[in-house]
Amino acid sequence: MGDSAGTLDGDAGLGLLRAMWRIRVFEERVGALTRANEVHGLVHLSVGQEGVAAGVCGQLRPDDAVYSGHRAHGHALAKGAPPGPVLAELMGRDGGLCRGLGGSMHLVDREHGLLGATGVVGGNVPLALGSALARRLLGGDQVAVVFFGDGAVQGGIFVETVNLATLWRLPVILVCENNGFAEFTPRSAHTNVERVSDVVAPYGLERETVDGNDVVAVRDTFARFLAAARAGGGPALLECLTHRLRGHYEGDPQQYRDALAAEEWQELDPILRLQRRGAAEGWLDEDVPARLEGEARDEVEAAERFARESPFPPASVTSEFVYAE
Amino acid sequence: MTETMTQTTYLQAITSTLAAAMRADPRVLVIGEDVAEGGPWGTTAGLAEEFGPERVRNTPISEAAICGIAIGAAQSGLRPVVEIMFVDFVTLALDQLVNQGAKAHFMSGGQLTVPLVLRTQGGAGQRGGAQHSQSLEAWLTHVPGLKVAMPSTAADAAGLLAAAIADPNPVVVVENKTLYFRRGQVPDGLGATPLGRASVVRAGRDVTVVALSRLVGEALVAAEELAPEGIEVEVIDPRTLVPLDLETIVASVARTHRLVVAHEAVQHGGFGAEIAAQVQAAAFDELDAPVERVGAPFAPIPFSPPLEDAYLPGREEVTAAVHATLGRAA
Repeated sequence: MGDSAGTLDGDAGLGLLRAMWRIRVFEERVGALTRANEVHGLVHLSVGQEGVAAGVCGQLRPDDAVYSGHRAHGHALAKGAPPGPVLAELMGRDGGLCRGLGGSMHLVDREHGLLGATGVVGGNVPLALGSALARRLLGGDQVAVVFFGDGAVQGGIFVETVNLATLWRLPVILVCENNGFAEFTPRSAHTNVERVSDVVAPYGLERETVDGNDVVAVRDTFARFLAAARAGGGPALLECLTHRLRGHYEGDPQQYRDALAAEEWQELDPILRLQRRGAAEGWLDEDVPARLEGEARDEVEAAERFARESPFPPASVTSEFVYAE
Repeated sequence: MTETMTQTTYLQAITSTLAAAMRADPRVLVIGEDVAEGGPWGTTAGLAEEFGPERVRNTPISEAAICGIAIGAAQSGLRPVVEIMFVDFVTLALDQLVNQGAKAHFMSGGQLTVPLVLRTQGGAGQRGGAQHSQSLEAWLTHVPGLKVAMPSTAADAAGLLAAAIADPNPVVVVENKTLYFRRGQVPDGLGATPLGRASVVRAGRDVTVVALSRLVGEALVAAEELAPEGIEVEVIDPRTLVPLDLETIVASVARTHRLVVAHEAVQHGGFGAEIAAQVQAAAFDELDAPVERVGAPFAPIPFSPPLEDAYLPGREEVTAAVHATLGRAA
């Protein structure tokens, strides 16, 4: 696959690379901590899909809303959630983003505009639309973004939401991470419609399918949709074709698919692709990738220290947050 | 100072409360199917004319999306009042209500709030058949994070709705279609009726009847009919099921020593079972007889008029239950 023709200056390129390294290293560490039974529950990693989170979230403001699904760690980090509280949440600690009441699939960081991840596939797509409605009625120029997988598109709530988003012309951007698998089943076994962007075609939605492992393509297409939404335009759908390098969840034996050969993955890897591009365009010095990876490792180590030092929550939190006062 | 009252229907009480809330707070909006036209009974009639289509939003027949949009809007600063035309259709929105809405405050460790009102109506008696007549409130009471109100009078239809709109949590208000055109006194300037405070609608010394929604009226008629027999029935309307004012119910049982719980919903797994369980746990020694339950049979609601009439619990069933707690034959 070729890289997008979009132009990239060095600072922007380094920013995207840094964002992807932060997610990659964080996710790999979460995988290890899951195997060590320190991160608990069902854990879905986004290794291989970092280009989407980085390409989209890097352009958003803290007051723009982001909703995500069960594979949300990367979106949370890219939206600005601090890694310590994110990891503490995955470890069920009191210092977690949600005081240990949410867990991996239900991350929320209101301060940074992460308004919620859901473990129910597609379940919060309409919430993003509602958030966009609120932002418009309250007079702001904020937008709402929702990340979901291609598996969410076969549910009725998706079409209900697209219909209303277009009818009401609200500033919501639907970002589909199409990794070709809905849990354990290839897309071809779930639907005859190959492209998610074709599913929404009759609604007159701004839509585009991009190579989701080309972070520049993601960034540039999203930038166009974002500018339109910010200026009062209607909804858009960005379909990012990507690859989930790991299983559906940590521990998934993945008997339903063949492992990608290492050389094939090197071609696809959004990080390596941007690094090759940076080297070719002359904005990436040879020693920078190792430095960015090292910085990301330092950050994750600090996050892990924070999480380990945080106690498990007191039993009282279970009754404290059932109702708001 | 005497309170001045206005005679109004249950339906008009709802409409005026919505209008007053929308006038008082620009964040309040109404979303639902046909709401701009007033809906099948006219509960939202006139609101679109006063507040415009941005705040009185007609939707397609997409209950799940309507509910999800309202939850998202509530999380981002609005105070939506959703109308789901029949409680039977809440089934279509349950993921939204139960998974996305009710738990958001909890799962976010208190970061998110969902000040959402879901208005809907239930109840049989209009030959609507089994998909337009149900009483499904017990399902909703089983979900931590939701509050559930069931007004039985015009004043409570107004007061509980005002409280629901002001509440920072998702509140489901289950109205009753057979009560919409019933008239009642509503105090002028009535504000919010606190959620979680029962109403003792008739005082009596012999048997406590806790009744929900339409059954409150039925219980009052039963009480009138029992009075000449020398049986004084106390009728309590809990008004909200979550939170439940157990204290008022237990205080009554401590005087009467007999309890009947009455609702139109299927008796099996109905909310009456929860009330019975809570009362026996709190006041077992006060009870002189087993708690009697009044509810519908364990069957879908039949369509044919004589069958529906026979199916629906009403004053006769309440009377029989009162007799049973007193050890008398009906």
